[in-house]
Amino acid sequence: MSIPADLRYTPEHEWVSVEGTSASIGITEYAAQQLGDVVYVSLPRVGAAVAAGEPCGEVESVKSVSDLYSPVDGEVIEVNAELEGDPSLVNAEPYTAWMFRVRVAQDGDGQPALPPGLLSAAEYEELTNSAG
Amino acid sequence: MHERLGATMTSFAGWQMPLRYASETAEHLAVRSAAGLFDLSHMGEILVTGPDAGAALDYALVGNLGSLAPGRARYTMICAADGGVLDDLVVYRQGEQEFLVIANAANTETVYRSLGSRSEGLVAEVADATGDYALIAVQGPAAAAILGPLASVDLSVMKYYTGAFGDVAGRPSWVARTGYTGEDGFEVFCRPGDAVWIWEALAGAGTPAGLVPAGLAARDTLRLEAGMPLYGNELGPDVTPFEAGLGRVVKFDKPGDFVGREALAARASEGPRVVLAGLTMQSRRIARHGYPVLADGGPGSGSRRVGTVTSGAPSPTLGVPIAMAYVEPGVSRDHPELAVDIRGQAAPADLTNLPFYRRSQ
Repeated sequence: MSIPADLRYTPEHEWVSVEGTSASIGITEYAAQQLGDVVYVSLPRVGAAVAAGEPCGEVESVKSVSDLYSPVDGEVIEVNAELEGDPSLVNAEPYTAWMFRVRVAQDGDGQPALPPGLLSAAEYEELTNSAG
Repeated sequence: MHERLGATMTSFAGWQMPLRYASETAEHLAVRSAAGLFDLSHMGEILVTGPDAGAALDYALVGNLGSLAPGRARYTMICAADGGVLDDLVVYRQGEQEFLVIANAANTETVYRSLGSRSEGLVAEVADATGDYALIAVQGPAAAAILGPLASVDLSVMKYYTGAFGDVAGRPSWVARTGYTGEDGFEVFCRPGDAVWIWEALAGAGTPAGLVPAGLAARDTLRLEAGMPLYGNELGPDVTPFEAGLGRVVKFDKPGDFVGREALAARASEGPRVVLAGLTMQSRRIARHGYPVLADGGPGSGSRRVGTVTSGAPSPTLGVPIAMAYVEPGVSRDHPELAVDIRGQAAPADLTNLPFYRRSQ
């Protein structure tokens, strides 16, 4: 199971990649394996305001529907339209198949303002191990 | 063993069962094009034996089992006195006085108790033998070619819905040409201690022919495409076989009374209150168990609820989501175009005939 070291994670199994003030968000390989084949991804619309920990979309697999949570606060600036045509990319390349991008606010030092509680790769690995 | 193969396991009726090994879609397609290997050891096995075994089953079940020839199998149901379905079953007549009854895992206890109480006064013994059997299924067009060389029974002369005692990979088994996938295939009932041996022999022989291990998720989409009911979805104590479109399993012309006869005869004469219909979705959205079926527009636009989805999944064969639903009897004629309320949004759907998939002979 791969858990890239340069990403941040949530307990709800999203990953976040931050470049400047743009945060790209997807779901982890662990989540994709647990869900099984993803058949439909419902994403927030561009321009929508999302809040950390709040559901903003759905990931539907053969067996289940799961809420997609935003790991960060901000405004949706882009969604991955490729996933509408081929949701199986989420299973094939979970860390390439980003779902949506959010513009996050900057803190006083010009750094992206990320909510507390995002996990490091090591912390996320521990979480998935304890989940069995 | 399944975990060694990388399976995602799930709890099902108290059993730890493989849900999928890799991709359930790939497993599904392998069964349609080559073969899949299933561990179905959670299924219940109940032995009914003795001089009155056939008579006991004729009274306890809706089918005519006493007339079944040894070596033959039959799909049947056990109903309550009010006609509600307690379980759907496959019954094998293994000998003149020996019947093997296969029940769904969650219903095994109910079926075992009902068979026991319904055979009182008859010379028949009912035994729950679930712990004495493992069940491995090989399903798909390549199944006969894979199992044949490993089996002591001649599969080339074995007809659909028959079974025979024989060895598989040298281990004693009951081999039956039955299944729940809509494909040709076999089910091998063996001793639990022989299951891994037989599984590995079949996997070894089948892998070059395209056989893959397949889990419960693929089994569910395979049976859905084939229009086969699942207990808890299409079948339950609140429906009779007639609603499920399976009234043919009820044999009113068999000798003697049977449990549920009166209620079922009434239902047969008045016609079903709902009918089981097939839906194909016009979008990628999946209509799932319990979702309302609507006619005449979407939610809030004057639409009317005309039914409820019982099972839904993406169909790997058709490439679109499919569903089965109980709908009002008139709906099939008057509303070929329907919608399913998917968490508040109307997803257009078309009525279709069941099954969604039929194998080419």
